[in-house]
Amino acid sequence: MAYNTIVENNIDILVVGAGLGGTGAAWEARYWGQDKKIVIAEKANMDRSGAVAQGLYAINCYMGTRWGENQPEDHVRYARMDLMGMVREDLLFDMARHVDSAVHQFEEWGLPIMRNPKTGTYQREGRWQIMIHGESYKPIVAEAAKKSADKVFNRICVTHLLMDDAKENRVAGAVGFNVRTGDYHVFKSKTVIVGAGGASNIFKPRSVGEGAGRVWYAPWSSGSAYGLMIQAGAKMTQMENRIVLARFKDGYGPVGAYFLHLKTYTQNCNGEEYESKWFPALTEMVGKEYLDTEGQHLSHKPIPTCLRNHAFISEVNAGRGPIHMVTMEAFQDPHLEEIGWHNFLGMTVGQAVLWAATDVNPKYENPELTTSEPYVMGSHATGCGAWCSGPEDLSPPEYYWGYNRMTTVEGLFGAGDAVGGTPHAFSSGSFTEGRLAAKAACKYIDDGKAEGIRVSDEQIQRRGEEIFKPMEHYRVNRNEITAGSVNPHYINPRQGLDRLQKLMDEYCAGATVNYMTNDKLLQIGLKKLKIMEEDLEKIAAEDIHELLRAWELKHRHLTSEAVMQHTLFRKETRWPGYYYRGDAMKLDDANWHVLTVSRRDPETGEYTMEKAPCYHLVGKDE
Amino acid sequence: MPTFVYMTRCDGCGHCVDICPSDIMHIDKVTRRAYNIEPNMCWECYSCVKACPHDAIDVRGYADFAPLGHSVRVRRDEEKGVIAWRIKFRNGEKDMELLAPITTKPWGKHIPQLSDVPAPSQAMRDSQLLFNEPKYIRLDEGELHTLESNGLVMKEGVYY
Repeated sequence: MAYNTIVENNIDILVVGAGLGGTGAAWEARYWGQDKKIVIAEKANMDRSGAVAQGLYAINCYMGTRWGENQPEDHVRYARMDLMGMVREDLLFDMARHVDSAVHQFEEWGLPIMRNPKTGTYQREGRWQIMIHGESYKPIVAEAAKKSADKVFNRICVTHLLMDDAKENRVAGAVGFNVRTGDYHVFKSKTVIVGAGGASNIFKPRSVGEGAGRVWYAPWSSGSAYGLMIQAGAKMTQMENRIVLARFKDGYGPVGAYFLHLKTYTQNCNGEEYESKWFPALTEMVGKEYLDTEGQHLSHKPIPTCLRNHAFISEVNAGRGPIHMVTMEAFQDPHLEEIGWHNFLGMTVGQAVLWAATDVNPKYENPELTTSEPYVMGSHATGCGAWCSGPEDLSPPEYYWGYNRMTTVEGLFGAGDAVGGTPHAFSSGSFTEGRLAAKAACKYIDDGKAEGIRVSDEQIQRRGEEIFKPMEHYRVNRNEITAGSVNPHYINPRQGLDRLQKLMDEYCAGATVNYMTNDKLLQIGLKKLKIMEEDLEKIAAEDIHELLRAWELKHRHLTSEAVMQHTLFRKETRWPGYYYRGDAMKLDDANWHVLTVSRRDPETGEYTMEKAPCYHLVGKDE
Repeated sequence: MPTFVYMTRCDGCGHCVDICPSDIMHIDKVTRRAYNIEPNMCWECYSCVKACPHDAIDVRGYADFAPLGHSVRVRRDEEKGVIAWRIKFRNGEKDMELLAPITTKPWGKHIPQLSDVPAPSQAMRDSQLLFNEPKYIRLDEGELHTLESNGLVMKEGVYY
């Protein structure tokens, strides 16, 4: 079916997906591997790809260690608290101790970072956030990656990783197709760094029709980070830890700068503060260790994001919605008003469009907020992703197998959304993870670990046929019907996506069921997902663009199955406000203060689940 | 807020096709002009709007929640390093112009070529340091933070 087969041989470092993680990897790899062959395969155009395509108005992870603002362990404790204890603290500490060097380099490259006129330090939005004019954040870091890479392949949808035929469980490259030419691309590589994205659009969105693209995370974030690694048999962690966002209604415009910098706040429809009244009952659910409303002010511990969501959801369910963001005070200051608008234009233009379309002027009207459908990703305030090795000098034995950010598949590394247990990395932390993975991948090659890799023609042939099968299936069955999209032998990618979203929503705690699920619902959901797998073999693609959507759907489906399995495994409600297990409504530290780890057998599709110990950073004498 | 293309301004150059992260700006085979083939996969990221040399691409808010009659237009100037926005409300009561820098330096000139910098020493390779470190990561002139230097240990169990 493919038009041509194009083989790229002898690659040392293949970067799959060049968002912030991938660009960091490609850039840094050149330093440690000055003679190495570095290749990037990117689904879109790397100047505007990934979650940061439209820009950012803040860098949400910056320690400011050189100004004496924070130590790495301060950030680890913050992420631990926000995620109710469930994080990989070795990986977080490692990211935090390096992240400032990435941010300062961005500034050297030309990224406009705002300065505090009084202190000369970066302008803080919050304790961890700094403010930037980041419309061109992505084109700037893409320039850096291009300088380091030998070749950049834009518009390649990578569908599978190649596996070594000589040694089990070792990666050997990747395959995919060009979404413009239809060519089949084979990348033979000693190592692969997956910088691909998390998953939007696997839960039914609140928007309908045309608005379905207005998701919080980019619609092109198709869960490929997980789809690729799960297919290769890599272990995954914390996949149940989906995130629900409290954001401006419909446009999903960001609230961070509003809360932290503009000092806006929320209230219910009667103009009342509502959060605190839900906290006593919530403390019952999660325990005083996680929510101590009396001690909170003394300890300066922020209230975990999920618990604030819980208060929001509960207040709306009690009939006192909508929840409003009180902007009318802050927006009287013309400077703050301008920041409020710039904030959207820099990263979520759609929210500005929506307010212009609905005549919402936040100076005279407090806009509505909503809680979003769930998202599965690993770089914002949640930690889904692959189970990766930490660095030698930080990680306990259970977390360490030789190479920083290497998954349980040899030679396969991750960065950004791909790495599990590292929430609150955001853009700068993802870039940093890419750098760490690149150094480790170079070392892996220099240590001789990638010797003797063999990729059989059979594997290349088989994957090629698999990739183009949806187009073949369309061609064969199309003429059975007169016209339209209703066919007894196939579904198209959009129909498949609709089915996936409905199923995940109803059985795996989506927005329309108030984020609620239980053992029985999850069992049914898993059964339906398995049957859907059969239909995905019969998916039809009319053209190469639909073939792209077909493979995005397959990656989203693999991601969804992992989410469902993990959600079933963890028999507790660890993050009220993100999701609830109706049959286990309490946080259960006695049994579940652990990280969940899964593996899908690539041959049989069977899942095995295990618990991994949760290590915390504590003072030497504690 | 899906994009659309003004028929009289588009000349089919394909800049939008080249840049769209969602692969939804395509050239119509009959008219030879660009259009949005899949509005419900559009994130209104404005990448195509900014890339269009003829200002031929605009955005009309999503039909499911945005009433007609608004406008958010943009011009991005790489040479001058600025981006200019204009927001017009539906009721005509607000018409804002906003300007922001997009870069402080000439494009791509200040990014070092890492194949030309001195190669890392073996000691550097054996350390946990990345390129250009420990610059920027410490207040003092010290080395990278470790558990030892920060008086920490990793301990299994329930700690808050």
